[in-house]
Formats: sequence, structure tokens, C-alpha cells
Amino acid sequence: MIAFHHVSKRYNGSDALQDVNFKLNPGEFVSIVGKSGAGKSTIIKLLLGEEKPTNGRIVVGSYEVHKLASIELPQLRRQIGTIFQDFKLLPTKTAFENIAFALEVDSRSEQEIQELVPQMLDMVGLADKRNNFPHELSGGEKQRVAIARAMIHRPAVVVADEPTGNLDEINTEEIIKLLHKINGLGTTVVLATHNRHVVNGLGKRVISLSDGRIIRDEEKGKYIIV
Amino acid sequence: MATALARIFKYGFQQIGRNGWLSVATIGVMILCLLVFHGLIISGVITRAAITSLQDKIDISVYFKSNALEDDMLQVAKALEELEEVKSVEYISQDKALTIFQEKHKEDGTITSAIKELGSNPLLASINIKAHNPNSYPDIASYLETGNIAPIIEKVTYSQNKLAIDRLARLVDTFEKGGLGATIFLALVAALVTFNTIRIAIYSNRDELSVMRLVGASNTFIKGPYIVAGIVYGVLAGTLSIILATPLLVAGAPYIHAFIPEMNLSAYMAGNWPILLGYQLLFGVALGGFSTAIAIRRYLRI
Repeated sequence: MIAFHHVSKRYNGSDALQDVNFKLNPGEFVSIVGKSGAGKSTIIKLLLGEEKPTNGRIVVGSYEVHKLASIELPQLRRQIGTIFQDFKLLPTKTAFENIAFALEVDSRSEQEIQELVPQMLDMVGLADKRNNFPHELSGGEKQRVAIARAMIHRPAVVVADEPTGNLDEINTEEIIKLLHKINGLGTTVVLATHNRHVVNGLGKRVISLSDGRIIRDEEKGKYIIV
Repeated sequence: MATALARIFKYGFQQIGRNGWLSVATIGVMILCLLVFHGLIISGVITRAAITSLQDKIDISVYFKSNALEDDMLQVAKALEELEEVKSVEYISQDKALTIFQEKHKEDGTITSAIKELGSNPLLASINIKAHNPNSYPDIASYLETGNIAPIIEKVTYSQNKLAIDRLARLVDTFEKGGLGATIFLALVAALVTFNTIRIAIYSNRDELSVMRLVGASNTFIKGPYIVAGIVYGVLAGTLSIILATPLLVAGAPYIHAFIPEMNLSAYMAGNWPILLGYQLLFGVALGGFSTAIAIRRYLRI
């Protein structure tokens, strides 16, 4: 379960988030939508512990994220799979090594890595690209590696911050299908996006933000920003 | 724990190989800095040899009156030996002084025949004194000239050579203090240049470091490979700096020997290379390891 209780965040005197409240149940697929600067990325950063809220409480499973010290953050982040617009792959590691890295930080055995990573590469359709470095992959392929890395350790939650922002329509569709598939396996998916077509096509819960406030929260929502 | 350690080492070496040019550039700068450090060690050795050579050339002699008894003179020599400022004392009797004089002027017929004509030994017995520190000569001279042995003393050469001795003493002092200051300053410059090079190398990886944090890597798991790489850079740079510097120093050894006869740089290098290599490795590894550990800290706050 993920919960934001009266969360506010101020940067140099300006409000990025104001009194944000919501709860996400296990297995939900939630889109957080809004214009640029509405506060979508701030919610993701707060969720991952990259930033501390100015006020309020953030709970992810058994973690009180707002209280976590820097040294405790890796534990939280190992429970969450993250996908970003700019992919955030490790440039000096191959596709295989990028995915394996998420298992290595979790102290998984070499045998487990050799079993799981090829399966995941197969699932995202990149079995033949295992030894390619990120600069040798297309945008869509990079994002699929990122999704594989986010999923390899079977996290309870996957957080995707504008995952289709740098992709064409075909790749966007493939990535959304993958997120759907992940959600179908019981994983909670939090998707921050300003892609109207993606959100409207999902038919899932939508939380709409404007100027750092939640203006709408609908079970089967649409992308409606005034 | 063992698996994590093995992964840290694996990624450390992988990083060196996969960031090829950055590694070469970092090692290159470290080699230059370690050459400066090595140069400081060697110049310290040469300066010390030069100072010792210079100090050996400074001495004072006390000449005794011709009627002074040998026992009294030997007692003076013994008393001088007991002074802690005194490094060595050599008693030269009248006969020995004559032998030395004759030997020195055996080619000069005029002097040889003049001594024969005199029929007696005109030279005085003396004691040659060397001090540990050139600054002690005034005290030794004052001890000889003002103590109860003054009546049997004809002259002390200190007053004649005072100017030269004082200048040499000042020169030795300047060399010692200035050398230490220059060593500290240049070693600091070399350390800062290396630190900055490693800092830039890590800065170029800052995005990678933040990604690792977001994926859930602990700080130790992130820092470890960089520190391993920093240590390997230090080992490689230390070894290569010795390999590069040794032929240059051996080639320059004859010129230094001509200037300071007591200094045989080739023999010094041959006898001390394990220690010199040890210094380079220690300095290189410490510099590489600490620079990395300090430089990486600011990128692990995400």
C-alpha cells in the first residue's frame, strides 16, 4: 500500500505540491497526469526518497519514507522498480549487466542472475541484444531494458516517470503493453505522464494534478486538464 | 559478503577497462605527479649528500705552543671528544705534521732543502676538530680559547676562517629548511593535481552514480568499484613512474657524481629500489584511494 498524507513540498518559496492526499492499493494501475510543472515528478521523487516532503507523511508498504535516513533508502528502493523518460541505464554496462545490476545490489547469487536475466530479456524481446551497450540500442530497446531492470527483482511497485516521453508511437504502445502485463502479474504500477492517448487508452484510475494540487481522482478516469 | 566483495572488485577492473581513455588520462596525470614526488625524494637524498659533503669540508684546528707537553695535548683531545657537539677529533703530533708536510711538498726541492737546513721541526702539534653541526664551531672555539687550557694554545683557526664557516653554516641551514619547505609545497601541489584529476573523472560519472542509487545500490556497493579503480590507478602509476624515472636518474648519475663525489646515484638506486617503489606505491595508492573516496561522497546524497 502507498499513501500520501497531507504532503506538501516547497522549493525556494514556491509550492511544488500542496496538501496532497491519496492511497494506492496493492495491484492498482494509477496514472498521475498534469501539465509540466504540475507536480508529477515531485510525487515520484518523494516516493523514491529522492526528496523529503516539507510537510506530511509518505508511506510505502512498511516504510515511512519521509523518515528514512540516506543509508536506509537502498532498502526501500529495492522494493520499487523505477522507469524514467531518459532510461537512466548504466552506459558502461551491457543490457544483461544493467538488468543484473538490480539483482546484484540485492545480493542475489550468480546462479540466480544467470537464470533470471535471460528470462527477463526474453520477456521484453531483447534476448539477442544481451551483450549490447546502451549506446548500441534504440530508444524503445533502451526503455525495454529499463523495464526489465525495474521488474527483474519482482518488486511490489513499479514507478514510471514519463516512460514514453522520448519514444515514437509504436514504441509507446509496446511499453504501455508491457506495463499492462506487469500490472497483470499483480504489481502496482504508478505511471506519471502527460500523454493523453496513453491515459485515455488505459481505462484505469487517474489522479489529475494542477499547480501542485490534486484536482481530480477517478477510478476509470480520463486525461482532462483545463 | 564475499560475493559483494567479488562484485566490487569485478566492477572496479571493468570500469578501468571500459573507461579506457579516462583511465589512461588519469594514470598519466598520476604518473606525472608521482614523478614529482619521486624527484623530491631523490633531490632530498642528493641535497643531504651535498650537505654532508659540505659539512665534511668544514673543520677547525687548534695549534699548540711548541713547549706544550704531549700528555696535555692528548688530554685536550680526549676532553674535546667528550663534547657532544664534536663529531671527530684528530691529534697531529709535531712529527706527523712534518711527515704530512714533507709528503705534500716532496716534489718541491726548495721547500725540502729549506727544512733540511733548518735542522729542527718548525711545525706545531695540532688537533683537527669536526663538529656535527657547523653552528657549533663558535662554541668549540670559545671552549678552547677561554678554558683553562688556553695557556698551551698557540692559535685556533676558527677566527681566521670564521667568515667562510659562518657562510657555509648558513648555506647548510638554508638548504635544509628550504628543501623541506619546497618538498612539502610540491608534494601538496602533486596531491592536489591528482585529487582534481580523479574528481573530474568521477564528475563525468555522476549520472551513473545517481542511477545506481535509484536502483537501490548501497553507498559501499557504489563507492567500492571506484575506490578499487583508484587504488589500481595508484599501483600502475607508482610502478610506471619508477620504471620511467630509473633510466633517467642512472643516466644523470655521472654528472651528479662529478658535482658531489660522495654521491653514487646508480648505486643508491640499485640498493634502494624496493623502498623507492614502496614509497611510490604507498603515495599512489593513498592518493588514488583517498581522492576517490572524498570526491565520490557528494554524488551519493540522492
